[in-house]
Amino acid sequence: MSEASKSARPDGSNRPAVQLRSAVALLGSFPALAGVDLDVHHNDVALLQGPNGAGKTTLLRLCAGLIGPSSGTAMVLGQDVGSANGRRRVRRSVGLMGHSTALYDDLTVEQNVQFWAAASKAESETVVPALDRTGLAGRLQTVKVSALSAGQRRRTALAVLLCRRPSLWLLDEPHAGLDKDGRELVNGLVLEAKDAGATILIASHDLDWATSVATRRIDVVGGRVVEGTVVEDAVVKGTVVKDADA
Amino acid sequence: MLSDARLIAAKDLRIEASSRVLLTQVLPFGLMVLLLFGFGISPDRQVLGEVPRRSVLEQVSPGLFWITVLFAALLGLGRSFSIEAADGNLDGLRLGGLDPAGIFLGKAAAVIVQLAVLEVIVGVGAILLFGVSLANVGLLAVTIVGATVAIGCAGTLYATLAAGQRVRETLVPLLVLPVLAPVLLGATQATEAALFGPVSDGWPWAGLLGAFALLYIAIGIVAFGSFLEES
Repeated sequence: MSEASKSARPDGSNRPAVQLRSAVALLGSFPALAGVDLDVHHNDVALLQGPNGAGKTTLLRLCAGLIGPSSGTAMVLGQDVGSANGRRRVRRSVGLMGHSTALYDDLTVEQNVQFWAAASKAESETVVPALDRTGLAGRLQTVKVSALSAGQRRRTALAVLLCRRPSLWLLDEPHAGLDKDGRELVNGLVLEAKDAGATILIASHDLDWATSVATRRIDVVGGRVVEGTVVEDAVVKGTVVKDADA
Repeated sequence: MLSDARLIAAKDLRIEASSRVLLTQVLPFGLMVLLLFGFGISPDRQVLGEVPRRSVLEQVSPGLFWITVLFAALLGLGRSFSIEAADGNLDGLRLGGLDPAGIFLGKAAAVIVQLAVLEVIVGVGAILLFGVSLANVGLLAVTIVGATVAIGCAGTLYATLAAGQRVRETLVPLLVLPVLAPVLLGATQATEAALFGPVSDGWPWAGLLGAFALLYIAIGIVAFGSFLEES
Protein backbone atom coordinates (compact mmCIF):
# COMPACT_ATOMS: atom_id res chain seq x y z
CA MET A 1 0.00 0.00 0.00
CA SER A 2 1.33 3.45 -0.86
CA GLU A 3 2.29 5.95 1.78
CA ALA A 4 -0.43 8.26 0.54
CA SER A 5 -3.08 5.65 1.09
CA LYS A 6 -1.87 5.02 4.62
CA SER A 7 -1.85 8.66 5.64
CA ALA A 8 -3.43 9.44 8.96
CA ARG A 9 -6.03 12.08 9.73
CA PRO A 10 -4.92 15.53 10.69
CA ASP A 11 -5.94 14.77 14.27
CA GLY A 12 -3.33 12.00 14.35
CA SER A 13 -5.68 9.01 14.52
CA ASN A 14 -5.01 6.14 12.16
CA ARG A 15 -8.60 5.07 11.67
CA PRO A 16 -9.39 4.86 7.94
CA ALA A 17 -11.78 7.36 6.42
CA VAL A 18 -14.02 4.44 5.44
CA GLN A 19 -13.92 1.15 7.31
CA LEU A 20 -16.45 -1.53 6.41
CA ARG A 21 -16.57 -4.96 8.02
CA SER A 22 -18.92 -7.61 6.64
CA ALA A 23 -21.23 -4.78 5.65
CA VAL A 24 -24.50 -5.86 4.12
CA ALA A 25 -26.87 -3.33 2.57
CA LEU A 26 -30.30 -4.28 1.29
CA LEU A 27 -32.29 -2.69 -1.49
CA GLY A 28 -35.71 -4.02 -0.56
CA SER A 29 -34.84 -7.63 0.11
CA PHE A 30 -31.96 -7.73 -2.38
CA PRO A 31 -28.47 -7.62 -0.84
CA ALA A 32 -26.82 -4.96 -3.01
CA LEU A 33 -23.81 -5.23 -0.71
CA ALA A 34 -23.30 -8.79 0.45
CA GLY A 35 -20.66 -8.56 3.17
CA VAL A 36 -18.11 -5.93 2.20
CA ASP A 37 -14.76 -5.55 3.95
CA LEU A 38 -13.01 -2.38 2.91
CA ASP A 39 -10.61 0.21 4.25
CA VAL A 40 -10.18 3.51 2.46
CA HIS A 41 -7.53 5.62 4.11
CA HIS A 42 -7.52 9.36 4.45
CA ASN A 43 -6.34 11.15 1.34
CA ASP A 44 -6.82 8.06 -0.85
CA VAL A 45 -8.30 8.48 -4.31
CA ALA A 46 -10.00 5.13 -4.66
CA LEU A 47 -11.52 3.98 -7.92
CA LEU A 48 -14.42 1.56 -7.58
CA GLN A 49 -14.76 -0.51 -10.68
CA GLY A 50 -17.06 -3.34 -11.55
CA PRO A 51 -19.94 -4.31 -13.82
CA ASN A 52 -23.36 -2.70 -13.72
CA GLY A 53 -25.30 -3.77 -10.66
CA ALA A 54 -22.16 -4.76 -8.78
CA GLY A 55 -23.05 -2.52 -5.83
CA LYS A 56 -20.81 0.51 -6.47
CA THR A 57 -23.61 3.06 -6.16
CA THR A 58 -24.95 1.37 -3.02
CA LEU A 59 -21.45 1.42 -1.56
CA LEU A 60 -21.22 5.17 -2.20
CA ARG A 61 -24.68 5.75 -0.67
CA LEU A 62 -23.64 3.76 2.38
CA CYS A 63 -20.51 5.92 2.71
CA ALA A 64 -22.68 9.04 2.33
CA GLY A 65 -24.85 7.95 5.24
CA LEU A 66 -27.95 7.80 3.05
CA ILE A 67 -28.45 4.15 3.94
CA GLY A 68 -27.21 2.10 6.85
CA PRO A 69 -25.87 -1.44 6.88
CA SER A 70 -28.45 -4.08 7.72
CA SER A 71 -25.64 -6.13 9.24
CA GLY A 72 -21.92 -5.72 9.76
CA THR A 73 -20.29 -2.43 10.65
CA ALA A 74 -19.66 0.72 8.65
CA MET A 75 -17.53 3.52 10.04
CA VAL A 76 -17.20 6.63 7.88
CA LEU A 77 -15.09 9.58 9.00
CA GLY A 78 -15.22 8.16 12.50
CA GLN A 79 -19.01 7.92 12.56
CA ASP A 80 -20.97 4.70 12.81
CA VAL A 81 -23.40 4.90 9.89
CA GLY A 82 -25.26 1.95 11.39
CA SER A 83 -26.93 4.44 13.70
CA ALA A 84 -29.28 7.21 12.62
CA ASN A 85 -27.28 9.79 14.57
CA GLY A 86 -24.03 8.63 12.97
CA ARG A 87 -25.57 8.88 9.51
CA ARG A 88 -26.81 12.40 10.20
CA ARG A 89 -23.39 13.49 11.46
CA VAL A 90 -21.42 12.00 8.59
CA ARG A 91 -23.64 13.60 5.93
CA ARG A 92 -22.35 17.05 6.83
CA SER A 93 -18.82 16.04 5.87
CA VAL A 94 -19.45 14.18 2.64
CA GLY A 95 -20.25 15.36 -0.85
CA LEU A 96 -22.05 12.97 -3.17
CA MET A 97 -22.41 13.48 -6.89
CA GLY A 98 -24.55 10.62 -8.07
CA HIS A 99 -26.36 9.81 -11.28
CA SER A 100 -28.86 12.49 -10.28
CA THR A 101 -27.53 15.98 -9.93
CA ALA A 102 -29.89 17.18 -7.15
CA LEU A 103 -30.72 20.45 -8.89
CA TYR A 104 -33.99 22.35 -9.15
CA ASP A 105 -35.04 22.70 -12.78
CA ASP A 106 -36.90 25.97 -12.26
CA LEU A 107 -34.02 27.76 -10.56
CA THR A 108 -31.04 29.22 -12.37
CA VAL A 109 -27.56 27.78 -12.08
CA GLU A 110 -26.55 30.54 -9.67
CA GLN A 111 -29.72 30.17 -7.56
CA ASN A 112 -29.15 26.42 -7.29
CA VAL A 113 -25.54 26.80 -6.21
CA GLN A 114 -26.49 29.57 -3.76
CA PHE A 115 -29.28 27.45 -2.27
CA TRP A 116 -27.22 24.31 -1.80
CA ALA A 117 -24.28 26.32 -0.46
CA ALA A 118 -26.57 27.95 2.10
CA ALA A 119 -28.20 24.60 2.89
CA SER A 120 -24.82 23.10 3.71
CA LYS A 121 -23.83 26.20 5.72
CA ALA A 122 -21.06 27.06 3.28
CA GLU A 123 -19.87 30.65 3.08
CA SER A 124 -21.77 32.62 0.44
CA GLU A 125 -18.39 33.86 -0.82
CA THR A 126 -17.67 30.36 -2.11
CA VAL A 127 -20.36 30.57 -4.79
CA VAL A 128 -18.68 32.90 -7.30
CA PRO A 129 -15.29 31.10 -7.25
CA ALA A 130 -17.09 27.75 -7.63
CA LEU A 131 -18.99 29.03 -10.68
CA ASP A 132 -15.75 30.42 -12.09
CA ARG A 133 -13.84 27.18 -11.50
CA THR A 134 -16.50 25.05 -13.19
CA GLY A 135 -16.83 27.34 -16.19
CA LEU A 136 -20.37 28.42 -15.35
CA ALA A 137 -19.75 32.07 -14.60
CA GLY A 138 -21.17 34.60 -17.03
CA ARG A 139 -23.91 33.72 -19.48
CA LEU A 140 -24.70 30.28 -18.04
CA GLN A 141 -25.16 31.31 -14.42
CA THR A 142 -28.49 33.02 -15.11
CA VAL A 143 -29.84 30.14 -17.19
CA LYS A 144 -32.49 27.86 -15.70
CA VAL A 145 -31.17 24.38 -14.99
CA SER A 146 -33.98 22.90 -17.11
CA ALA A 147 -32.34 24.50 -20.15
CA LEU A 148 -28.89 23.03 -19.49
CA SER A 149 -27.27 20.11 -21.25
CA ALA A 150 -26.39 17.01 -19.25
CA GLY A 151 -22.75 18.10 -19.12
CA GLN A 152 -23.65 21.58 -17.88
CA ARG A 153 -25.86 20.06 -15.19
CA ARG A 154 -22.92 17.98 -13.98
CA ARG A 155 -20.74 21.07 -13.93
CA THR A 156 -23.39 22.76 -11.77
CA ALA A 157 -23.40 19.76 -9.43
CA LEU A 158 -19.61 20.02 -9.25
CA ALA A 159 -19.92 23.72 -8.34
CA VAL A 160 -22.23 22.73 -5.48
CA LEU A 161 -19.69 20.14 -4.37
CA LEU A 162 -16.92 22.75 -4.45
CA CYS A 163 -18.93 25.06 -2.19
CA ARG A 164 -19.49 22.25 0.32
CA ARG A 165 -15.74 21.47 0.57
CA PRO A 166 -16.42 17.96 1.86
CA SER A 167 -13.84 15.79 3.61
CA LEU A 168 -15.05 12.77 1.66
CA TRP A 169 -15.92 13.09 -2.02
CA LEU A 170 -18.18 10.38 -3.42
CA LEU A 171 -18.36 10.56 -7.18
CA ASP A 172 -20.61 8.20 -9.12
CA GLU A 173 -19.68 8.17 -12.80
CA PRO A 174 -18.38 11.74 -12.61
CA HIS A 175 -17.07 11.73 -16.19
CA ALA A 176 -20.36 10.58 -17.72
CA GLY A 177 -21.93 13.07 -20.09
CA LEU A 178 -18.93 15.38 -20.03
CA ASP A 179 -16.77 16.49 -22.93
CA LYS A 180 -12.97 16.41 -22.79
CA ASP A 181 -12.77 19.76 -21.00
CA GLY A 182 -15.35 18.62 -18.49
CA ARG A 183 -13.46 15.41 -17.80
CA GLU A 184 -10.26 17.33 -17.31
CA LEU A 185 -12.16 19.62 -14.96
CA VAL A 186 -13.36 16.63 -12.90
CA ASN A 187 -9.86 15.21 -12.65
CA GLY A 188 -8.43 18.62 -11.81
CA LEU A 189 -10.94 19.07 -9.01
CA VAL A 190 -10.22 15.58 -7.68
CA LEU A 191 -6.50 16.33 -7.52
CA GLU A 192 -7.12 19.71 -5.88
CA ALA A 193 -9.39 18.07 -3.32
CA LYS A 194 -6.71 15.45 -2.64
CA ASP A 195 -4.11 18.19 -2.23
CA ALA A 196 -6.44 19.86 0.25
CA GLY A 197 -6.55 16.63 2.28
CA ALA A 198 -9.86 15.15 1.16
CA THR A 199 -10.54 11.47 0.56
CA ILE A 200 -12.18 10.58 -2.73
CA LEU A 201 -14.11 7.53 -3.90
CA ILE A 202 -14.90 7.38 -7.60
CA ALA A 203 -17.18 4.78 -9.16
CA SER A 204 -16.54 4.82 -12.85
CA HIS A 205 -16.63 2.81 -16.03
CA ASP A 206 -14.53 5.48 -17.69
CA LEU A 207 -11.30 3.82 -16.67
CA ASP A 208 -8.91 5.85 -18.80
CA TRP A 209 -9.92 9.05 -17.08
CA ALA A 210 -10.56 7.71 -13.60
CA THR A 211 -7.37 5.63 -13.43
CA SER A 212 -5.26 8.67 -14.15
CA VAL A 213 -6.13 10.19 -10.78
CA ALA A 214 -6.71 7.07 -8.67
CA THR A 215 -4.23 5.91 -6.07
CA ARG A 216 -6.12 2.66 -5.54
CA ARG A 217 -8.40 0.48 -7.60
CA ILE A 218 -11.10 -1.50 -5.85
CA ASP A 219 -13.01 -4.18 -7.73
CA VAL A 220 -16.63 -4.66 -6.76
CA VAL A 221 -18.43 -7.71 -8.06
CA GLY A 222 -21.75 -9.14 -6.95
CA GLY A 223 -21.96 -6.91 -3.91
CA ARG A 224 -18.49 -7.79 -2.66
CA VAL A 225 -15.07 -6.21 -2.81
CA VAL A 226 -13.00 -8.90 -4.47
CA GLU A 227 -9.68 -7.21 -5.11
CA GLY A 228 -7.81 -4.04 -4.39
CA THR A 229 -4.90 -2.72 -6.40
CA VAL A 230 -2.56 0.05 -5.39
CA VAL A 231 -1.61 2.37 -8.21
CA GLU A 232 1.66 3.72 -6.90
CA ASP A 233 2.37 6.46 -9.36
CA ALA A 234 -1.04 7.16 -10.84
CA VAL A 235 -1.17 10.79 -9.89
CA VAL A 236 2.35 11.43 -11.09
CA LYS A 237 1.77 9.89 -14.49
CA GLY A 238 -1.74 11.30 -14.81
CA THR A 239 -2.65 13.40 -17.80
CA VAL A 240 -4.68 15.86 -15.82
CA VAL A 241 -4.32 19.49 -16.63
CA LYS A 242 -4.54 21.45 -13.40
CA ASP A 243 -5.57 24.97 -14.20
CA ALA A 244 -6.76 26.89 -11.20
CA ASP A 245 -7.80 29.84 -13.33
CA ALA A 246 -9.88 27.85 -15.76
CA MET B 1 -34.35 25.83 12.66
CA LEU B 2 -36.02 29.09 11.67
CA SER B 3 -33.19 30.14 9.35
CA ASP B 4 -33.41 26.73 7.64
CA ALA B 5 -37.19 27.20 7.37
CA ARG B 6 -36.71 30.62 5.75
CA LEU B 7 -34.21 29.16 3.29
CA ILE B 8 -36.55 26.35 2.23
CA ALA B 9 -39.65 28.58 2.04
CA ALA B 10 -37.81 31.18 -0.05
CA LYS B 11 -36.55 28.46 -2.38
CA ASP B 12 -40.02 26.94 -2.85
CA LEU B 13 -41.64 30.33 -3.45
CA ARG B 14 -38.87 31.26 -5.90
CA ILE B 15 -39.53 28.02 -7.78
CA GLU B 16 -43.25 28.87 -7.88
CA ALA B 17 -42.51 32.40 -9.09
CA SER B 18 -40.40 30.89 -11.85
CA SER B 19 -42.65 27.98 -12.86
CA ARG B 20 -46.06 29.61 -12.14
CA VAL B 21 -47.69 26.23 -11.56
CA LEU B 22 -50.06 27.74 -8.97
CA LEU B 23 -51.21 30.46 -11.34
CA THR B 24 -51.46 28.43 -14.50
CA GLN B 25 -52.63 25.05 -13.18
CA VAL B 26 -53.77 24.93 -9.55
CA LEU B 27 -55.86 28.11 -9.60
CA PRO B 28 -57.67 27.31 -12.86
CA PHE B 29 -58.32 23.82 -11.48
CA GLY B 30 -59.87 25.29 -8.33
CA LEU B 31 -62.05 27.70 -10.26
CA MET B 32 -63.15 24.91 -12.59
CA VAL B 33 -64.19 22.70 -9.66
CA LEU B 34 -66.15 25.64 -8.25
CA LEU B 35 -67.84 26.17 -11.60
CA LEU B 36 -68.74 22.48 -11.90
CA PHE B 37 -70.33 22.57 -8.44
CA GLY B 38 -72.38 25.51 -9.73
CA PHE B 39 -73.49 23.47 -12.74
CA GLY B 40 -74.25 20.42 -10.62
CA ILE B 41 -76.41 22.19 -8.04
CA SER B 42 -79.19 24.40 -9.36
CA PRO B 43 -79.03 27.95 -8.01
CA ASP B 44 -82.82 28.18 -8.35
CA ARG B 45 -83.59 25.45 -5.83
CA GLN B 46 -84.48 26.93 -2.46
CA VAL B 47 -83.85 25.45 0.98
CA LEU B 48 -87.23 24.59 2.45
CA GLY B 49 -88.18 26.30 5.69
CA GLU B 50 -85.25 28.71 5.71
CA VAL B 51 -85.94 32.33 6.61
CA PRO B 52 -84.56 34.34 4.94
CA ARG B 53 -84.87 32.13 1.88
CA ARG B 54 -81.56 30.83 0.56
CA SER B 55 -80.70 28.72 -2.46
CA VAL B 56 -79.35 25.23 -1.88
CA LEU B 57 -76.15 26.35 -3.61
CA GLU B 58 -75.68 29.24 -1.19
CA GLN B 59 -76.47 27.01 1.76
CA VAL B 60 -73.85 24.41 0.85
CA SER B 61 -71.29 26.97 -0.38
CA PRO B 62 -69.05 26.70 2.74
CA GLY B 63 -68.61 22.97 2.16
CA LEU B 64 -68.09 23.43 -1.57
CA PHE B 65 -65.49 26.14 -0.94
CA TRP B 66 -63.45 23.99 1.43
CA ILE B 67 -63.73 20.87 -0.74
CA THR B 68 -62.44 22.95 -3.64
CA VAL B 69 -59.57 24.26 -1.50
CA LEU B 70 -58.77 20.72 -0.38
CA PHE B 71 -58.68 19.34 -3.93
CA ALA B 72 -56.51 22.21 -5.12
CA ALA B 73 -54.29 21.80 -2.07
CA LEU B 74 -53.66 18.19 -3.11
CA LEU B 75 -52.26 19.45 -6.40
CA GLY B 76 -50.14 22.03 -4.59
CA LEU B 77 -48.83 19.47 -2.12
CA GLY B 78 -48.03 17.03 -4.90
CA ARG B 79 -46.12 19.76 -6.69
CA SER B 80 -44.29 20.77 -3.49
CA PHE B 81 -42.84 17.29 -3.16
CA SER B 82 -42.45 16.39 -6.81
CA ILE B 83 -39.78 19.12 -7.02
CA GLU B 84 -37.93 17.34 -4.22
CA ALA B 85 -38.41 13.85 -5.61
CA ALA B 86 -37.03 14.87 -9.00
CA ASP B 87 -33.33 14.50 -9.74
CA GLY B 88 -32.34 13.22 -6.30
CA ASN B 89 -33.15 16.46 -4.47
CA LEU B 90 -34.42 14.55 -1.43
CA ASP B 91 -30.97 13.04 -1.08
CA GLY B 92 -29.55 16.53 -1.40
CA LEU B 93 -31.75 17.75 1.44
CA ARG B 94 -30.72 14.80 3.60
CA LEU B 95 -27.05 15.42 2.86
CA GLY B 96 -27.33 19.17 3.34
CA GLY B 97 -27.38 18.96 7.09
CA LEU B 98 -30.49 21.14 7.38
CA ASP B 99 -32.61 20.77 10.49
CA PRO B 100 -35.50 18.47 9.48
CA ALA B 101 -37.88 20.62 11.55
CA GLY B 102 -36.68 23.63 9.56
CA ILE B 103 -37.31 21.81 6.29
CA PHE B 104 -40.82 20.94 7.49
CA LEU B 105 -41.65 24.47 8.59
CA GLY B 106 -40.23 25.95 5.39
CA LYS B 107 -42.11 23.64 3.07
CA ALA B 108 -45.31 24.02 5.07
CA ALA B 109 -44.94 27.82 5.07
CA ALA B 110 -44.54 27.90 1.28
CA VAL B 111 -47.62 25.70 0.87
CA ILE B 112 -49.58 27.91 3.29
CA VAL B 113 -48.67 31.10 1.39
CA GLN B 114 -49.77 29.52 -1.89
CA LEU B 115 -52.97 28.18 -0.30
CA ALA B 116 -53.77 31.65 1.05
CA VAL B 117 -53.51 33.13 -2.46
CA LEU B 118 -55.66 30.30 -3.78
CA GLU B 119 -58.31 30.77 -1.07
CA VAL B 120 -58.63 34.49 -1.75
CA ILE B 121 -59.25 33.93 -5.45
CA VAL B 122 -61.47 30.86 -5.01
CA GLY B 123 -63.32 32.77 -2.26
CA VAL B 124 -64.05 35.64 -4.63
CA GLY B 125 -65.18 33.06 -7.19
CA ALA B 126 -67.51 31.47 -4.63
CA ILE B 127 -69.02 34.86 -3.74
CA LEU B 128 -69.68 35.65 -7.39
CA LEU B 129 -70.88 32.20 -8.46
CA PHE B 130 -72.89 31.16 -5.41
CA GLY B 131 -74.26 34.59 -4.46
CA VAL B 132 -72.82 34.43 -0.96
CA SER B 133 -72.63 37.61 1.14
CA LEU B 134 -69.68 38.03 3.49
CA ALA B 135 -70.49 38.31 7.18
CA ASN B 136 -68.64 38.01 10.51
CA VAL B 137 -65.26 38.60 8.95
CA GLY B 138 -63.43 38.01 12.26
CA LEU B 139 -64.67 34.44 12.60
CA LEU B 140 -64.09 33.84 8.90
CA ALA B 141 -60.50 35.08 9.14
CA VAL B 142 -59.72 32.89 12.16
CA THR B 143 -61.30 29.90 10.42
CA ILE B 144 -59.34 30.46 7.24
CA VAL B 145 -56.04 30.90 9.09
CA GLY B 146 -56.57 27.81 11.26
CA ALA B 147 -57.73 25.60 8.39
CA THR B 148 -54.97 26.78 6.04
CA VAL B 149 -52.22 26.14 8.56
CA ALA B 150 -53.70 22.73 9.40
CA ILE B 151 -53.97 21.75 5.72
CA GLY B 152 -50.48 23.05 4.96
CA CYS B 153 -48.81 21.28 7.90
CA ALA B 154 -50.67 17.96 7.80
CA GLY B 155 -50.43 17.88 4.02
CA THR B 156 -46.69 18.58 4.08
CA LEU B 157 -46.13 15.88 6.65
CA TYR B 158 -47.97 13.13 4.78
CA ALA B 159 -46.92 14.22 1.30
CA THR B 160 -43.33 13.72 2.49
CA LEU B 161 -44.04 10.05 3.11
CA ALA B 162 -45.20 9.67 -0.47
CA ALA B 163 -42.43 11.78 -2.00
CA GLY B 164 -39.94 8.99 -2.52
CA GLN B 165 -42.48 6.49 -3.82
CA ARG B 166 -43.01 5.77 -7.49
CA VAL B 167 -46.78 5.96 -7.01
CA ARG B 168 -46.70 9.25 -5.11
CA GLU B 169 -49.27 10.98 -7.36
CA THR B 170 -52.00 8.58 -6.29
CA LEU B 171 -50.63 8.01 -2.80
CA VAL B 172 -50.75 11.66 -1.68
CA PRO B 173 -54.59 11.98 -1.79
CA LEU B 174 -54.96 8.58 -0.17
CA LEU B 175 -52.75 9.60 2.77
CA VAL B 176 -53.79 13.22 3.10
CA LEU B 177 -57.59 13.20 2.65
CA PRO B 178 -58.45 11.00 5.66
CA VAL B 179 -56.14 13.06 7.87
CA LEU B 180 -57.75 16.30 6.72
CA ALA B 181 -61.35 15.11 7.06
CA PRO B 182 -61.70 16.64 10.57
CA VAL B 183 -60.26 19.92 9.23
CA LEU B 184 -62.82 19.92 6.43
CA LEU B 185 -65.61 19.33 8.93
CA GLY B 186 -64.44 22.06 11.30
CA ALA B 187 -63.79 24.60 8.56
CA THR B 188 -67.18 23.99 6.94
CA GLN B 189 -69.07 24.29 10.23
CA ALA B 190 -67.22 27.45 11.28
CA THR B 191 -67.66 29.08 7.86
CA GLU B 192 -71.35 28.18 7.82
CA ALA B 193 -71.80 29.75 11.25
CA ALA B 194 -69.94 32.87 10.14
CA LEU B 195 -72.02 33.29 7.00
CA PHE B 196 -75.45 32.23 8.20
CA GLY B 197 -75.18 32.31 12.01
CA PRO B 198 -75.43 31.83 14.83
CA VAL B 199 -71.87 33.06 15.17
CA SER B 200 -71.46 31.55 18.63
CA ASP B 201 -71.74 28.10 17.05
CA GLY B 202 -68.68 28.83 14.92
CA TRP B 203 -66.09 29.73 17.53
CA PRO B 204 -65.75 26.23 19.04
CA TRP B 205 -65.10 24.89 15.52
CA ALA B 206 -62.57 27.66 14.86
CA GLY B 207 -60.91 26.75 18.16
CA LEU B 208 -60.78 23.12 17.05
CA LEU B 209 -59.09 24.18 13.80
CA GLY B 210 -56.51 26.15 15.79
CA ALA B 211 -55.88 23.08 17.94
CA PHE B 212 -55.46 20.92 14.82
CA ALA B 213 -53.04 23.46 13.36
CA LEU B 214 -50.92 23.51 16.53
CA LEU B 215 -51.04 19.72 16.77
CA TYR B 216 -49.84 19.23 13.18
CA ILE B 217 -47.10 21.83 13.64
CA ALA B 218 -45.89 20.00 16.75
CA ILE B 219 -46.06 16.57 15.08
CA GLY B 220 -44.25 17.93 12.05
CA ILE B 221 -41.42 19.44 14.09
CA VAL B 222 -40.94 16.21 16.02
CA ALA B 223 -41.58 13.59 13.33
CA PHE B 224 -40.55 15.14 10.03
CA GLY B 225 -36.98 13.87 10.33
CA SER B 226 -38.21 10.27 10.51
CA PHE B 227 -40.67 10.86 7.67
CA LEU B 228 -37.86 12.30 5.52
CA GLU B 229 -35.69 9.26 6.21
CA GLU B 230 -38.51 6.92 5.26
CA SER B 231 -39.44 8.71 2.06
